[in-house]
Amino acid sequence: MTMQEDHKDCFVLEGKMALPNQYFAGRLGSRFLIAIRDRKKIMGLKCNQCGKTFVPPREYCEKCWTKIADNWVELGTEGELVNFTVVRYGDRHLPKKPPYILGQIRLDGADTPLVHIVEGIDPREVESGIRVKAVFAAKTTNTIMDIDHFEPV
Amino acid sequence: MKKHAKNGNVAIIGIGQTSFSSHKEDQNQVEMVQEAVINALADAGLKIGDIDCIVHGNMELFEMQFAPDLWHSLGTGAYGKDEYRITTGGTTGATLVCAADNLVASGLYGTVLAIGMEKLQEGNTTGGITNMADPLWFRNLQTGALTGTTSDGACAMIFTSEEKVKQGTKNPPVWIRDHIQVHREETIPNLFGFNKPEMTHHCAARTLFARNGIQDPVAYFDVFEMYDPSAWWAVDWLREFFLLKGDEHLRMLEAGDFDLDGRIPINPSGGVIASNPIGATAMLRPAEAALQIRGDAGGHQIKKEVRHALASGFGGTFWTVLMILEKELNWQEVNHD
Repeated sequence: MTMQEDHKDCFVLEGKMALPNQYFAGRLGSRFLIAIRDRKKIMGLKCNQCGKTFVPPREYCEKCWTKIADNWVELGTEGELVNFTVVRYGDRHLPKKPPYILGQIRLDGADTPLVHIVEGIDPREVESGIRVKAVFAAKTTNTIMDIDHFEPV
Repeated sequence: MKKHAKNGNVAIIGIGQTSFSSHKEDQNQVEMVQEAVINALADAGLKIGDIDCIVHGNMELFEMQFAPDLWHSLGTGAYGKDEYRITTGGTTGATLVCAADNLVASGLYGTVLAIGMEKLQEGNTTGGITNMADPLWFRNLQTGALTGTTSDGACAMIFTSEEKVKQGTKNPPVWIRDHIQVHREETIPNLFGFNKPEMTHHCAARTLFARNGIQDPVAYFDVFEMYDPSAWWAVDWLREFFLLKGDEHLRMLEAGDFDLDGRIPINPSGGVIASNPIGATAMLRPAEAALQIRGDAGGHQIKKEVRHALASGFGGTFWTVLMILEKELNWQEVNHD
């Protein structure tokens, strides 16, 4: 059965919200981005107590709450694709034209995955477990997009 | 007036703050939140594993970040725990305290950590407040503007049951005797009423004092941490909160009664005009009042002993939170039936 709503003479007010905003990367986040930008290195923070290395950086170990802000370790720029999804819709705010692969990459030396775009492989053929490597952006923006994407090794 | 008795007594046993500044580019939101949480845990002598539930609060529209409690969980320690999110405008911080009070008093949780935060420097506060008005009848006509200062910062507090207090606390507990929330739709033509409504501060104070048997609030309380976003509002609001008549509040002001060594010192912390990280602002009032009771307010500790403290929160649309903090667990439940 089809419902027939009656909206004769019912007005709708059009609104538009545009609120500028910022987000502070913080000292650690900024240092992480500078390493990518200037040295093409991906850095993690390691908890010696738990033996876990976190990326993106965080000030405290999430398991034991030890302060790890100074315990930087260099990670590989290669790693394993541990999970992924395929983005199939397009929108102005998206960084790439669909379809593209959004992956979770566990870099060599890290215990947590980094989310990024995977290119250079057909979305129909991508599988978890493949090895991928970072491709750094030619033009830097001081964001996580200073890694342009990852691609199969 | 119906009898007011809590299901269980609730104490503040931990207080943590960050510094407050309009320049916190060195910290992201998660890091700022965690600083307050770590300070509160240290103050209580607890570990994050001792916390049963987290109550998180800010005004997400002010930073234009949705569901910040989710990624803040690295900083709040909410991972694997029950968590609630509170977003009630200027009163957010005070509502957090009320919620934590209720969660513990109900017996649902033994120990609750509440965290209020804001990074107003990152957002567009006036833009957010403008969207407060009813879009159908008022938004085109009136806009909201932040009337106070804007700051970045966080405050965390830890609440626990009387039963747990009896097992020992690192610092003296401060008891939440009672709290009340009063609010109304603040509009030009007054959406609900045919009559001018009672000022929410007055309604809150009248009701709260009556059900706790407090006849003379100026004599009873030793300090009042009042949410006063603009310095010139405080004077009028003191009349409402203390149920004063005519120009009594002005005479008291001239007599120095509200000074830090006066009859009822107001805002030894410096108040909201000193710092206003909105989600934390209204929590800082009971937090600072509790520090006064403990004698731990440092350089701004008032000289006389503080046994009974009053703390208020304020926000749009004329939302008042008022709470009574006590040093001793010795007040009488009042029955006005």
